Amino acid sequence: MSGLNLNELVHEAHASNDYDSLIRLVPYARLIGIECLRLGDEMVFRLPQNEDNIGNPMLPAIHGGVIAGFMEHAAMLHLLMFMGAPHLPKIIDFSIDYLRAGHYRDTFAACQVWRQGRRVANVAITAWQTHQAEPIATARCHFKIDEP
Amino acid sequence: MSDSQILERTQRFLSFLRHCQVLGLSVEHADGSGLILRLPYSEKIVGNPETGGVHGGAITTLMDTTCGISTACALPELEVCPTLDLRIDYMHPAEPGHDIFGFAECYRVTPTVIFTRGVAYQHDINEPIAHVVGAFMRMGKAAGGLGKEGVA
Repeated sequence: MSGLNLNELVHEAHASNDYDSLIRLVPYARLIGIECLRLGDEMVFRLPQNEDNIGNPMLPAIHGGVIAGFMEHAAMLHLLMFMGAPHLPKIIDFSIDYLRAGHYRDTFAACQVWRQGRRVANVAITAWQTHQAEPIATARCHFKIDEP
Repeated sequence: MSDSQILERTQRFLSFLRHCQVLGLSVEHADGSGLILRLPYSEKIVGNPETGGVHGGAITTLMDTTCGISTACALPELEVCPTLDLRIDYMHPAEPGHDIFGFAECYRVTPTVIFTRGVAYQHDINEPIAHVVGAFMRMGKAAGGLGKEGVA
């Protein structure tokens, strides 16, 4: 991605309210099918129902690893959109609690940056399907960030 | 239970998980003491296009699956055990272009919960990319296709 200006991409995405170019940047995000919606000043991430993301075939339910990957990527995009970093943040640790089965349907995620220091950011992520107040999973992670 | 039965059981378990087939996961080794799965490197799981590094999500899927199926190495009968929680600490980035292995073992089995731990590594299990711990719920004997030994 040398020669690519992340700041510019983020700026253009905000201006056009079209985050496709940011999503397309990362092959894994395309693989599981992440989408991004802006509601006022809030960002909500969406993982559309996708057969290829199924883990348990009997329920059927989304693979827990896909839910985690979706939430980790949502956190990274959220940081990218709100901090103006020149590089992608790097994951330090990731911890997830599974609260309900992730059924075979659309999943949503929203993030909260609890602390953004000069080198490390702490982000909490909530994922839900039917009601935001009934999350299917909560997660928290640390990212190493470059000083802008 | 013999090691070949454990191997057969873990392979059958893995074959049921569609997303694991999409990622190309395979059983590298399985016995009574733990499980090793292989995640082949591919362009589609890249998380950092600047470096070609694999996305944490693919590593989390590898480790969730490895920890989850490692329960089949420790239990007398196959049970479906959903993940309660999982934590991953990244020691250093994965080297692009190389497969990633996940090792997991059950270090405590109770009637309700199974505690697992493991590592993700590439060339040397003693130089892990990541350390992982995960807790899994016991739901009793597996229903349907997963519980029937010898099917599929």
